[in-house]
Amino acid sequence: MIPRHLHIAMGVLLGAALGLSLYAWHVRKTVARAPAAAVDTTPLAPPVSGPTERVILFIAHDEDGTLRPESAQIPLPSDRQQRAEELLRTLVAYYLQKNSTHTLGAGAEVRSVFLVDPGGAVIDLNSAFADTHRSGVLVEVLTVASLIHTIAANVPGISRVKILVDGKQRDTLAGHADLSSYYDVSGVNQLVTELQPQ
Amino acid sequence: MGQADSCSLISACLLILASTVFLRGAPGEKHLSVYSVAANYSLPLVEREGQDYVGLLELLEPLGTVSARMDGARWRLRYNNVGGIFQTRTNRPQVVGRGADLGGAFLMENNRGLVPLGSLASLLPRFLGGPATLHGDSDRLFIGSVATHFTASLASDNPPRLVLHFTAPVNPSVATEPGAVRLTFAHEPVVSPASATLTFGSKNIPSANYSERNGAAVLVVNSAIPLMATFSADARTITIAPTFTVAQTLPPPATPSLPTPAPPAQPGTTPAPAPAAPAPAARRYFAVVDASHGGDDHGETLSSTLLEKDVTVALARSLRRELESRGISTLVLRDSDANLPVDQRAVLANADRAAIYIALHASSSGHGVRVYSALLPYGRDDRGPFLSWTTAQRGALPVSQNAASAVAGELQKRQIPVRALAAPLRPLNNVIGPAIAVEVGPQGSDVAQLTAPDYQQLVTGAVASGVAAVRDQLGGAQ
Repeated sequence: MIPRHLHIAMGVLLGAALGLSLYAWHVRKTVARAPAAAVDTTPLAPPVSGPTERVILFIAHDEDGTLRPESAQIPLPSDRQQRAEELLRTLVAYYLQKNSTHTLGAGAEVRSVFLVDPGGAVIDLNSAFADTHRSGVLVEVLTVASLIHTIAANVPGISRVKILVDGKQRDTLAGHADLSSYYDVSGVNQLVTELQPQ
Repeated sequence: MGQADSCSLISACLLILASTVFLRGAPGEKHLSVYSVAANYSLPLVEREGQDYVGLLELLEPLGTVSARMDGARWRLRYNNVGGIFQTRTNRPQVVGRGADLGGAFLMENNRGLVPLGSLASLLPRFLGGPATLHGDSDRLFIGSVATHFTASLASDNPPRLVLHFTAPVNPSVATEPGAVRLTFAHEPVVSPASATLTFGSKNIPSANYSERNGAAVLVVNSAIPLMATFSADARTITIAPTFTVAQTLPPPATPSLPTPAPPAQPGTTPAPAPAAPAPAARRYFAVVDASHGGDDHGETLSSTLLEKDVTVALARSLRRELESRGISTLVLRDSDANLPVDQRAVLANADRAAIYIALHASSSGHGVRVYSALLPYGRDDRGPFLSWTTAQRGALPVSQNAASAVAGELQKRQIPVRALAAPLRPLNNVIGPAIAVEVGPQGSDVAQLTAPDYQQLVTGAVASGVAAVRDQLGGAQ
């Protein structure tokens, strides 16, 4: 015959197990709901449209190895970071045109631009941009100078620029132009002067 | 003559015969002379399958920590932190996880791993992480920047003296023969001047011939009169003069001639470039020429059959000839299809304290030549006497820009389209001395022009003239 106190103990343990099961079921339901609540589907920024602004793009010309300013009228958001991204996307779109003066490979894109105070900008290119880029000192220097000078000339306060590829550091763009350090914008300005048509 | 005397005579004859046979056999044995910063040594070569072979373990032993073991049919070699796997009778070992081509089968004999001699120039850089240059015809191997260069000039005394200046101390064996003095450099990494035959325009000492064979360099000075060689106190200068002149001009033993000590630098003053000042003692070469890319790094694919890395080697060799013909001692950093990391190139240039570093590139785009100086990255991270690696060039940049302008000016004189620009091009920013890069493109649209010897010589001749024009400024830059 089973003693009475064992019956009581068994009953208490079964009750506790049932209670814990109910609590676990409740917690699981709460966790399952949580990710859905965390996903914010609200757009961060409106699509670029509306009033346009005149900007200066510094366009590379392969035939004579120069960098020439060309004005363009494009819609720009008011946020500095988004302005920088939109500028460079416009520049890359120009180079991807059929009759471009400095062709980039198909699929080349600017993934994003980050502005890091004080004075820092990080340009993140996609891997197609670097992987399909033509190799050569001058042709790579023209691309780098075009990107950096365009952003620095149109977004005030940038003194150094870093170029990443797919969010990671890369040694060179296509075997020559160094991407391992921050570019000094004042040095690039001097280079752009040298790259002007003579 | 007694029986004992006859036996002695026969024994002596046999001994002489045996000695003759032994001594005749000795010169036929081939040796590889190896020159490195760590040690200079000699290794026996063996002929197998029509090629010369050398033991790889014995070759690497004096240079670092090396071990080897057999693993089935595989021979595993470890040099410092670099591993290699060789398989008997195959010619593609794995070194640092990548395949290499030996150009002949790997052989195992008595637990010795043998590799073809011709494979060393491409195989050793994988293990050593630096350049190795093989003089295959003479069985001489140069590991790193060790070559000793020399100049020969005739002093206008009466009778004339031939003065040989070496970039490092030498101790050749000297043999006087009728009409010649022969200097044999068996242990020194002496390398050829620009031309194997040197002419001096003198009736008494008309010429000298440089040659290399069986692991040694030989310089034969031809003469119409008996000559004698004397060595300077630092063993870097050998004077060859008529015997009576040497006797007259030899310093007394008690008062050996020593270099005049330089005045101490004044504290707080910056030394100005002094054209007449002697080069720093540590400098072994005036110019370091770097054939960019190499090995797995092809550089630009110029055409379906032409890679940038191959054109830069040809340009580097041409530039070395042009510089040396102007009396500028030159080291070529990559003289074979070897992988050479960009940091290592800067390390080698800095270690040599060269007066100028010249990187060579080739391109299918653009017209003519571009001459670059460094575009320094952002930041100034120098800490006291320690220079930041990324901006080490900062102090020498003005001189580099002057050198680039001088080179561009010489190219312009030869009607070659040229531009002088700044460029974010490593390792220009890592070199502490004057440093430029030259990117050679075709004058028109025909990429094949890059391989034309005439065009290469036109460009490299202009570059060499530009460097020679600012030689004094460069010499005082460091």
